[in-house]
Amino acid sequence: MGRYLLARIAWAVPIVLAILVINFLIIHVVPGDPVQALVGDFPTPPGYVEQVRQEFGLDRPISHQLGLYLWNLAQGNLGFSFANRQPVLGLILDRARLTLLLMLPSLTLAALFGIVLAMAAAPRAGSIYDGAITALSLIGYSMPVFWLGQLFVILFAIKLRWLPAQGMISLRSTPTGWAAVWDVLWHLALPALSVTIYYVAVVARVARASVLDTISQDYVLTARAKGLGRRTVLWRHVLPNSLIPIVTVIGYNFGYALTGAILVETVFAWPGLGNLFITSIGNRDYPVLQGIFLFTAITVVVANVVTDILYGVLDPRVRVSHHAHA
Amino acid sequence: MSSTILEMSDLTLSYTTLGRKLRALRGVSLSVGEGEAVGLVGESGSGKSTVARVALGLTPASVAQIETGCIRIDGRDVTHLSEDAWATLRGHPIAIVFQDPLSFLNPVMRVSRQIAESVKQHTPELAVAPRVRELLERVKLSASCAASYPHELSGGMRQRVLLAIAIACRPKLLIADEPTTALDVTTQAEILALLEELRVGLNMALLLISHDLGLVASACERIYVMYAGRTVEWGPTAKVFGAPAHPYSEGLLHAAQTDRDRDGRFVTIAGDPPDLAHIGVGCAFAPRCSYAMAPCTEGMPEPIALAQSSNHMVRCWRYCQGGSLLLSANGRVDRP
Amino acid sequence: MRRFWPRFTSQRAGLAAAAYVLVLTLVMLGLQVMPGSDPHTITSEVMLPPSAAHPLGTDELGRDVLLGILHGIRVSLTVGFAAALGATLIGVLVGALAGFYGGILDLLCMRVSELFQVVPSFILAAVIVALSGPGLPQVVAVIALLGWPQVARLMRAEVMRIKHLEFVDAVRCLGTRETRILMGEIVPNALAPVLAAGTLIVGHAILLEAGLSFFGLSSADIISWGRMLNSGQRFLFNAWWLSVFPGSAIFLTVLAFNLLGDALGSALNPRSAGMK
Repeated sequence: MGRYLLARIAWAVPIVLAILVINFLIIHVVPGDPVQALVGDFPTPPGYVEQVRQEFGLDRPISHQLGLYLWNLAQGNLGFSFANRQPVLGLILDRARLTLLLMLPSLTLAALFGIVLAMAAAPRAGSIYDGAITALSLIGYSMPVFWLGQLFVILFAIKLRWLPAQGMISLRSTPTGWAAVWDVLWHLALPALSVTIYYVAVVARVARASVLDTISQDYVLTARAKGLGRRTVLWRHVLPNSLIPIVTVIGYNFGYALTGAILVETVFAWPGLGNLFITSIGNRDYPVLQGIFLFTAITVVVANVVTDILYGVLDPRVRVSHHAHA
Repeated sequence: MSSTILEMSDLTLSYTTLGRKLRALRGVSLSVGEGEAVGLVGESGSGKSTVARVALGLTPASVAQIETGCIRIDGRDVTHLSEDAWATLRGHPIAIVFQDPLSFLNPVMRVSRQIAESVKQHTPELAVAPRVRELLERVKLSASCAASYPHELSGGMRQRVLLAIAIACRPKLLIADEPTTALDVTTQAEILALLEELRVGLNMALLLISHDLGLVASACERIYVMYAGRTVEWGPTAKVFGAPAHPYSEGLLHAAQTDRDRDGRFVTIAGDPPDLAHIGVGCAFAPRCSYAMAPCTEGMPEPIALAQSSNHMVRCWRYCQGGSLLLSANGRVDRP
Repeated sequence: MRRFWPRFTSQRAGLAAAAYVLVLTLVMLGLQVMPGSDPHTITSEVMLPPSAAHPLGTDELGRDVLLGILHGIRVSLTVGFAAALGATLIGVLVGALAGFYGGILDLLCMRVSELFQVVPSFILAAVIVALSGPGLPQVVAVIALLGWPQVARLMRAEVMRIKHLEFVDAVRCLGTRETRILMGEIVPNALAPVLAAGTLIVGHAILLEAGLSFFGLSSADIISWGRMLNSGQRFLFNAWWLSVFPGSAIFLTVLAFNLLGDALGSALNPRSAGMK
């Protein structure tokens, strides 16, 4: 397992490096003075632009600049946001918590729904349930997720008045204690539902294929031959084996869900990364935009590595086959 | 004769896939009594494995359909049971071990749990852990195997695990579908000896299904010979071996006695095994048969008891008087 | 290939999608030839709900929503087709070279496509467009650059399969040059699955463009569906029609291209058609 882990981490290192280089190249490939990408288009104190020019060695050869850029990043220096009067890294980490608060419950719900749907449909391949899953995932793939959010606002917040449409906390009253938690959950419901539906489309499709494949495996016949009931066979033998590819796809598509969350946030004024992103576009606050790209890309790489580790936990064959290579 | 556990009479079954209908069983008659060791021999594709599966209701319900004939377990007609009703019959009175021991064991579950599932299902009154240990002992596996995953064991060990899962159900009849095919020769002999030991020790009946005539002959008192989805000859091993009546059995025996190839398998009979999709109304063996006569292509005769013994049966026109076309008892002529 | 047409027409959803795309294209061309009334015209009929005069209502500046949606076809289809074409061309070229010659080129191609699978493409596109300024050429270029690795992977696998087929050896024995074998024999035979994937990219590109416009990353002078949703967002509370209709246009169009891609995929690939 240790060796397997090391192999996966070794895979991640060049990918992260490549992401850093992409980010560096963006600054230089885009027309105009690179210093603008590093500072943004916001009024800055006199002399600051010169200071950044020095810091990133913009008058030096490009290889030197790359080195300086990586060195700055290694120290956690992603630049300074004048629009927010804050270092970019702190700003992003602050907002990322809120994005994760939106994303993780959605991801969990989507995984659960997707798997349950697939388990319900797969034994009846070709039935109406089955067709419904295929249709659902096609619709999910074709719908702009922010538009889905808008539809939910119109329906549930404006017409039915069931749930709040905007923000994370009530502005009129400021509840405390458990009431405050409840208030946040209340505001979380609609954006989370949007991201969940968006992501169920991905999970259900893969889960269905995986469950169908597992059901026709020989060991399922052995389990049935023991006299186990249909449900026991499905949940105890089929599900654990189907989970391996399902978990892989859920993990590898973490970036897809993250993008979905970022797009949805802007509809609901959820104060996470998505909102930071859209206000930074308005402010031409380029260091923040680049920081968000860097942060999300690296998060996705980490999610991939975590997925691989989970894969090893779920499948005993992975653990051993890597020992065998030792 | 003791009471019958499994009985199939003139069973026909077809698979429908991609709109095409394929008859896998075209008339299988077979019975296994208490404590008996019975063999079922035939080439691959003859429908042996379908017989094993249909005896436990394990043929895929979406594509497989029993058309005529019936299956009885302990005298009860189970031909058209629902999936849930079948679940109560699986394991006890009939259990099964399959051919390829790796693919038939759940890869992500420890061996002990897979055996324990059987124990809990069929003997809930027993303490699980000691019973699992006892079963491992019975199939001659060390207790340390219990914590392993299937891929960590050798082929022979996996087959023993499958056996332990099956006998944990306390079956009255164990069906073994090609239980040694995936194993090397030494391990084959060990598993065969173990099967015999378990059969006697646990007072089970055994239905041994194989393409290997020698293997079946050495382990079974009675044998059935199957060709293209039909049982064509059956009787006590000594009689079928001593005087094979069906030309196919004759060829099979001849091939087995004369030549074995490098892998120890027998050389097969001239001609190709039949394509199940294109069989006429007559005897499926006719195109390969050196005795073929006119009626052979027109229909299939009912089983005929050979003169001297009532328990040696054959379905072949050579033993019908006059060789004229005989209709089945119900007036049906076999059609594809 | 001869059996493509009967196979394709047997897929009703795919056929309907093709008809829908055809109608969109005709409307777009029609508006090009006869622009009719200017969709930008500001009137005093502000924020009217759907009525006989304005079937889909009007926006905050009194512009007709239906007219806007019809004129918005141009951006979506242009970006969709141009980006998909660009991604497919690059992908076919890189995939064919990597699959045919193998070696370091192949390794590089695989690693790059792996990288692009990990990177969140929408955010990268948004950053690039934000820095380089809004404009259709930028958007098309970015989407094409992010989309090609998908095609390259597919092309590479297909080329690797075909180059080991017998007929390729036969051609080689005739003394044909390697580049001719690749371009003349292998690539044409590998194009079928790529065509289906390219169609799916059209839908993906339309979604991406809509997302960028929704984020305000498109020129305000050009009418696009995503831009309409961006302005509609401000009036969610009092003018539902400003969001519902442009969004439906995006959804239906992307759905059509996805259905079309799936139908093409199974019609062009006899193996997958046989499985169904």
